[in-house]
Amino acid sequence: MNPLELFTPAGLVPMSAFAAAIVLGCVPSWRAGAWINVAGSTICFLLAVRLPWQVGTAGPLVLVDRLSAHVALLTAFIGMTTSWFSLTYVRAEIAARRLDRRRLRLYHAMYQVFVGGMLMALLSNNLGIAWVSVEAATIAAVLVVGLPRTAEAVEASWKFFIICGVGIALALFGTIVLYVAVSPATGPGLPAMTWSTILPAAARCNGPVLNLAFVFLLLGYGTKAGLAPLHTWMPDAHAEGPTPVSAVLAGSILNVALVVILRLRQLMAGNAEAIDPGVPIMALGLLSLLVAAFSLWPRRDAKRFFAFSTIEQSGVAAFAFGLGGNAAIFAGVLHLTLHTLIKASIFQCIGRATQLKGGQKFTDIGGLITSHRLLGLTLAAGILAVAALPPFGLFTSEFLIATETFRRLPLLSLPLGIGLVVGAWALMMRLQSLCLGVPTPDNGQGSSGSALALAPIWAQLAIVLVLGLAMPAPVVEWLHLMAETVQ
Amino acid sequence: MFGAQSIGVLAPSAAFGVLSYDMAHLLGGAALILSFALLYQRRVVSVINIYAMQAIVLAATAAWQGWSQGEPALYVTALIALVAKGVAIPVALYRIVVRLQITRTIETTFGIFPLMIVGVALVVLSIAVVLPSTSAAQAHTLTREDLTLALSVVLLGMLMMITRRNALTQVVGFLSMENGLVLAAVGIEGMPLVVELSTAILVLVAFVVFGVFFFRIRERFDTLDASRLDEIASSHR
Repeated sequence: MNPLELFTPAGLVPMSAFAAAIVLGCVPSWRAGAWINVAGSTICFLLAVRLPWQVGTAGPLVLVDRLSAHVALLTAFIGMTTSWFSLTYVRAEIAARRLDRRRLRLYHAMYQVFVGGMLMALLSNNLGIAWVSVEAATIAAVLVVGLPRTAEAVEASWKFFIICGVGIALALFGTIVLYVAVSPATGPGLPAMTWSTILPAAARCNGPVLNLAFVFLLLGYGTKAGLAPLHTWMPDAHAEGPTPVSAVLAGSILNVALVVILRLRQLMAGNAEAIDPGVPIMALGLLSLLVAAFSLWPRRDAKRFFAFSTIEQSGVAAFAFGLGGNAAIFAGVLHLTLHTLIKASIFQCIGRATQLKGGQKFTDIGGLITSHRLLGLTLAAGILAVAALPPFGLFTSEFLIATETFRRLPLLSLPLGIGLVVGAWALMMRLQSLCLGVPTPDNGQGSSGSALALAPIWAQLAIVLVLGLAMPAPVVEWLHLMAETVQ
Repeated sequence: MFGAQSIGVLAPSAAFGVLSYDMAHLLGGAALILSFALLYQRRVVSVINIYAMQAIVLAATAAWQGWSQGEPALYVTALIALVAKGVAIPVALYRIVVRLQITRTIETTFGIFPLMIVGVALVVLSIAVVLPSTSAAQAHTLTREDLTLALSVVLLGMLMMITRRNALTQVVGFLSMENGLVLAAVGIEGMPLVVELSTAILVLVAFVVFGVFFFRIRERFDTLDASRLDEIASSHR
């Protein structure tokens, strides 16, 4: 293994984030830190932009295929837009004395470690390195979630850590068992832990041992993807942590986990002796969808509410991956992409709203369109998009998944449909109370955001809109080829 | 005659009566028994002592495997286990216990009898899951049985996390689970990155222990009883 591989154009994407983290750890001023955070995230995104042209790179450490390039680019993009949002967020938190200078230094450094860890996990060709990166990202996120130091934040980060700790422990056990299953086919040593050599050798792996590894890896990474029954850390972590981290956390960490699950599915599908991986993945996905859709109703806390919506959408994507086949995987990846963009937009809006209103309960936030027109309209658009209403893109992906289900497993389309409708209904109810009606008083400090500050959110929602109304032909081809390669 | 034949079926390095096989079994079995001891031990200080013993057994396993597999890197894993998990972490935990004045705390937990039944059931489960699925494998017999023992340790650690109410003993359950992971990794011949992975696990483990200090659960909640955390959570739904 040659560490110089980390300094190739693809390897530099996560490394730039880690470098920014080191710089941020040394800079005591929070104002400078916030700007360095923006600069680091922007550089990281600019490096990631070139990833689609590097598809085919596969060293012992770094793997760039269509799937990893796509999700890494998405993660770097969200990391960048959220760092812009974080700039004003941090200013308001300092003004409200919820965070102090010392904690902000930790916050900025951990933000970069978190993003870098996820990018590393996505672009890593080695299962062991991917596991270590997920672990690093988890620890960084735990530290940030606990930062407000309120009883609830401490409780949330402790719960987050213990549940995800068990999850990543299971994933490591799965990785070890996977090595036992794969090493007869690829030979001992590093090749048996490298995606690009494991996947072509799938047929010669040891089927029964592969099944064992699959169970642990699915439960382990499923925890990180927020799949039921190990989803309970997610609402707490999203609700209590600083909002920019909720925005990144919401969409990105589950993408990392689902990418691993998708590759695992491909490995299992290539082996005749192994069980059909689709059934357990679909079962977990459907369970998450239903649990989350019904849990949306009694929620009183806005950030907790949208965290459950994340679990729901993660379930839908996992269901699509479990269903398998070109069309379903195409729809699943599209769903993940759009959901990440939409959820980041929603959390960026909700973050501003909670700072303005001085609370994150539904009773604190209301009538945003009347009091803060631009912010209210943007949030309304985001909620319409996540409820998968046309013209936004999530409608396209859910429609594709639903029709595929109806065509191949008609009975399952009933629970799928119920989950989607119940979830969307709850979202529409909350859209009315949050954005319409009589405005609640502004008890907090913060700005509703000028047109310039809201521009990143509009850019994200515009991408969602374009992908829903008229998906450009190169994007269709890109996703189509991706679905074929992970088949 | 029959006996010789039946031993001949197994690879020569993987049979009873062969030192590398017996020794690995002895150490793995010792780690498992200590997991059971952790499960029923109610005094916080004793729990920490047993954890330290398990870590030392783990270090011995890693060193033994390093010698029998001819893999010097495993000595590093053994050293990490001995110094960090066998000495430093127990000392840190002990200091937390002294500072929080819970040295004499006796935890009310589930009855020992049902706990042991569940524990044995988990061991049976891991045997039933691992051995048949690996039987057709070209996998080394030693690897299979090592995986069984390691999975048992992992599952018993989880059981301990579920049944304990005290945050500190829950943490020890978590740490014991990580011991099971290292036990699995060192027993597999030719497994790459064992040192790197065991270092990463150590970071996780150190973070947990640091977390007990860092989160200052006692200052926030007046008690280390983790079930109180849920009350706080439910009032903020």
